[in-house]
Amino acid sequence: TRTRESFGSKIEGIVAMTRTVDESDLENLEAALITSDIGVQTTTEIIDALRDRARRQAIEGGAELRDLLKQQIKSILDSTQKPIVQPAEPPRVTFLVGVNGTGKTTTSGKLAAWSKSQNRSVLLCAADTFRAAAIEQLEVWASRSGVEMIKTKQGGDPAAVLYDAISAAKARSIADLYVDTAGRLHTKTGLMDELEKMRRTAQRLIPDAPHEVLLVMDATTGQNGLQQARLFTQSAGVTGIVLTKLDGTAKGGIAVAIARELNLPVRFVGVGEKMSDLLEFSPEAFVDGLLG
Amino acid sequence: MFENLTEKLQRAFKHLRGQGTLTEENIQEAMREIRVALLEADVNLNVVKELIDHIRDKAVGAEVMTALSPSEQVIKIVRDELIALLGKDTARFKFAPQPPTVILMAGLQGSGKTTTTGKLAAWLKKGGHRPILVSVDVYRPAAREQLKVVAKSIDAKIYEGDLKGEQPGSKLVERLANEARREARNFGFDTLIVDTAGRLHVDEELMTEMEQLKKLLNPQEILFVADAMTGQDAVNSAQDFHKRLGLTGVVLTKMDGDARGGAALSIRHVTGQPIKFIGTGEKPDAFEPFHPDRIVGRILGMGDILSLVEKA
Ligand SMILES: Nc1nc2c(ncn2[C@@H]2O[C@H](COP(=O)(O)OP(=O)(O)OP(=O)(O)O)[C@@H](O)[C@H]2O)c(=O)[nH]1
Ligand SMILES: Nc1nc2c(ncn2[C@@H]2O[C@H](COP(=O)(O)OP(=O)(O)OP(=O)(O)O)[C@@H](O)[C@H]2O)c(=O)[nH]1
Ligand SMILES: [Mg+2]
Ligand SMILES: [Mg+2]
Repeated sequence: TRTRESFGSKIEGIVAMTRTVDESDLENLEAALITSDIGVQTTTEIIDALRDRARRQAIEGGAELRDLLKQQIKSILDSTQKPIVQPAEPPRVTFLVGVNGTGKTTTSGKLAAWSKSQNRSVLLCAADTFRAAAIEQLEVWASRSGVEMIKTKQGGDPAAVLYDAISAAKARSIADLYVDTAGRLHTKTGLMDELEKMRRTAQRLIPDAPHEVLLVMDATTGQNGLQQARLFTQSAGVTGIVLTKLDGTAKGGIAVAIARELNLPVRFVGVGEKMSDLLEFSPEAFVDGLLG
Repeated sequence: MFENLTEKLQRAFKHLRGQGTLTEENIQEAMREIRVALLEADVNLNVVKELIDHIRDKAVGAEVMTALSPSEQVIKIVRDELIALLGKDTARFKFAPQPPTVILMAGLQGSGKTTTTGKLAAWLKKGGHRPILVSVDVYRPAAREQLKVVAKSIDAKIYEGDLKGEQPGSKLVERLANEARREARNFGFDTLIVDTAGRLHVDEELMTEMEQLKKLLNPQEILFVADAMTGQDAVNSAQDFHKRLGLTGVVLTKMDGDARGGAALSIRHVTGQPIKFIGTGEKPDAFEPFHPDRIVGRILGMGDILSLVEKA
């Protein structure tokens, strides 16, 4: 098989070959990874590496093998982690981008509260001028956390409202500006160009803005998530992932595939619809959720 | 880099020339490629296993036909199997003998229920019906406002109701639903579409609320609105919603993207209910009846080859 070939080609593997690993344990772990949406390719690579390590460390199977796998996935996620950007001068500008319905507006609202809890001043920007009642939705979040919001009318130019919001944030030395953008499929070039335009607008006022661009992804997302991450990174310069709706039964394994391919850290996870249902990402907790 | 399934299968069969029989051994590699293709399209692992077993059973022992290459022949078996699972015909919509027909929208958060409520109303209007809409999503910020804007954009009637400062909760939800149905009856609307709050299948309280709504409204259609980008977990949510509510159909949204849409197979498999419509955009008219044969090509990542084997 392909897995055996790739293993056999490794020199150190030849020595270890004499030791056996319980293939049915490996198969179960493989199934766990696939049903968590990590994807076939990433799963195969991870399981091959696991078999390899297990042989070298003389681990046959069972709980030990599972622990080794956890370690391995955790190290993939750890390797992408980096601190959130701290610009020399306020504001820190954070865009929330992503496909439709993932939780951008909700996460903007939660982030406003999160920043406030750290005694940082916050401004929200309602740059989704397209979807029905998107502005009203963010407005409710703004009032929940007692934060001000810059908006325009429905159908207005998102770049223009962004310009106003950054100007206001600069003038008032606001620590955090969160920009809620309209949901868009990564395949719609016109809408993706709009994000590029928003980036340019931000840069006209603050050369290194946006400091963070968070791709908000629904934990139920399957393999399409990888393509979303690729194309949003191209157009919007994604710096991190927010994985929402982890309070369901979906595991969000696609984040591991994204970490491997694009080296993007997961920043936050959403675990409910309330203001406090936002957690800073912990690779440890995530991997526990993934493999039980 | 991305060799398509056709090429992979051709490679898998390169040793099988001319006439012969498909055997367990000579289709093994092909089965592996099909398994990977289905998984990459987000078909649930357990569903894939069953499908592969069926496909293998059908393929083994088959004579290689002259009209088709072995790979084409296997693709035809795969295609027929997937279409059989999805159901051949596009589903019909049920109407009540006594109006109003009640349609209950259900699904996870953000799947597209509110947008689809508007699309469905526009579609019904085009078909000569008189729909009225109501949102019983008293939970999500501006959810009711959203449906109001949607209804206005398609010039459909909405029952707004008065929250009267009542706390969000199932009591309020039931009151609004009841009032909306009365409104529909009194003013001669023939369909009532009820947009509900997004909820997780594991949220006991909100799933109970949904059961109560069903009991109260006795809907003809309970549509599960699901995102085409959904991965492996589709089986869990669809199964739980179906167990609690007895779904009558599925709407697969966001099909205008490039997701392969394998969740369609998973959802159909665990609910047995037909996919009735697909959503193909954010606008009210981006809505079409579902055609099983079209999505099969998409799931396999091979639109055109299918029409070839179809003729054979
Ligand atoms: N259970 C759960 N629901 C969530 C979470 N985050 C967001 N939601 C819900 O998901 C739905 C969509 O959230 P929104 O914030 O409107 O998503 P969006 O990305 O802004 O959507 P568009 O602007 O339409 O693209 C809402 O019903 C939210 O309440 C989460 O972490 N857990
Ligand atoms: N591209 C595309 N977007 C869609 C489609 N259907 C819905 N959407 C978008 O998906 C997002 C969520 O849609 P909603 O109708 O608000 O979803 P919902 O299920 O009512 O969400 P909650 O009430 O928060 O659970 C919005 O941005 C919609 O415009 C579709 O078929 N294609
Ligand atoms: Mg939004
Ligand atoms: Mg809704």
